[in-house]
Amino acid sequence: MSLVWVPLLAPFLAVPAARRLADALAPRRAAALLVCVAVGLAGCAAAALALLVIPGASYLPWVAAAGELLTPLTDGPPAVTVGVSVAAAGLLGASAAAVTVRLLGHRADLRDARAQAGAVHGELAVVPDARPDAFALPGRPGRIVVTTAMLRALEPGERTALFAHERAHLRGRHHLLLAAVDLAARCHPALRGLRAPLGYALERIADEAAADAVGDRTLAARAVGRAALAGGPAPRPRTVLAATAGPVPRRVAALLGREMGARPAPRLRRAVAAGLLLCLVTTGAAELSAADTLHAHIEVAQGERP
Amino acid sequence: MNGADKERRPAGELESGVLAVLWAMDGPLTPGQVQQALGGSLARTTVTTILTRLHDKGTVVRARSGRGYAYAPAQDAPGLTARRMHSELAKDEDHGAVLARFVSQLSDADERLLRSLLDDGPAGGGP
Repeated sequence: MSLVWVPLLAPFLAVPAARRLADALAPRRAAALLVCVAVGLAGCAAAALALLVIPGASYLPWVAAAGELLTPLTDGPPAVTVGVSVAAAGLLGASAAAVTVRLLGHRADLRDARAQAGAVHGELAVVPDARPDAFALPGRPGRIVVTTAMLRALEPGERTALFAHERAHLRGRHHLLLAAVDLAARCHPALRGLRAPLGYALERIADEAAADAVGDRTLAARAVGRAALAGGPAPRPRTVLAATAGPVPRRVAALLGREMGARPAPRLRRAVAAGLLLCLVTTGAAELSAADTLHAHIEVAQGERP
Repeated sequence: MNGADKERRPAGELESGVLAVLWAMDGPLTPGQVQQALGGSLARTTVTTILTRLHDKGTVVRARSGRGYAYAPAQDAPGLTARRMHSELAKDEDHGAVLARFVSQLSDADERLLRSLLDDGPAGGGP
């Protein structure tokens, strides 16, 4: 039964590998990789917890009756089996509750925002506000919410780039990808580390769409840069490593065709990719093997096998 | 019409561009001034058509100015709605989960780096 722990530990190795790999990939591929890794590993972790719950649950008379079990399922000391099972059930319940709360929260947020945006005609909702801000509000139709301060901070061409950027978010339904990874992060704490890289990859996708729409990468870069500078520095410096540039300078550099920091060597990149693939395959195989072992134990307990 | 590529953009996108100009400027603008502010990317007749459509929807208000009209964004119900929506959304950090902001806040180091990037312009050998 020890293989069942693999899917619970794999995210601690897979997440750093996926982050490094996403850094080296084109934005679209990076986003696809991060979403697949997050959702896949979250599913495996939840399934592993379920596999841990079942042996302990077989000590309950009604579970044994429902499963037509003659003896409880166990290949270890009953106290350990039951203890692990109770802990796994607690974690599984907590994850399910966190995912449900989050899902309802997302739905409520969007419903409120949509109900209020319903009065706005057209795709643009302008907010009279002295703080420069802009974001895409998903829905059917999606809307672009922008403050007057942001409109005033940009030149007409830069505003076109900003709108094209937000339209790319809406067209690509990027909020669904963000929500999927956000929900996955509720299933396993290590998966939280995939949210920021996904956010960055989606901004890069939208930046590239904006550059295409205005036909000028420098103009798109200036739109991003000036919008960020208009907001001024953060009131309290963010506690990020001083050596790493924040997402906005990295986006601007990418649009301008500048390299920021050394890209990992192709060999290292391939090694990281191979490591990640191995980690994911091992996780899936361990999950199947653990399920198969449990199935065998059930057959034994049902008296179908000696 | 000239500027064929711009003219073919969906009507909604053109309306957003024109509306953005009105909000970015102080005081009402004539169609000619809007066209100028847009950098001449749209024909004046197109700008006039868009402004008329925005007026019909109640998104902009207009007042007589010479032989034509001067337009300003309507600061009434839609604006208030949008403002309320913004305050609703801005107060909760967790909204970041589904709402992708155009730019995040900068650290001091980020700001210096960004200024030097923008001052230097594009890389010579960049794609």
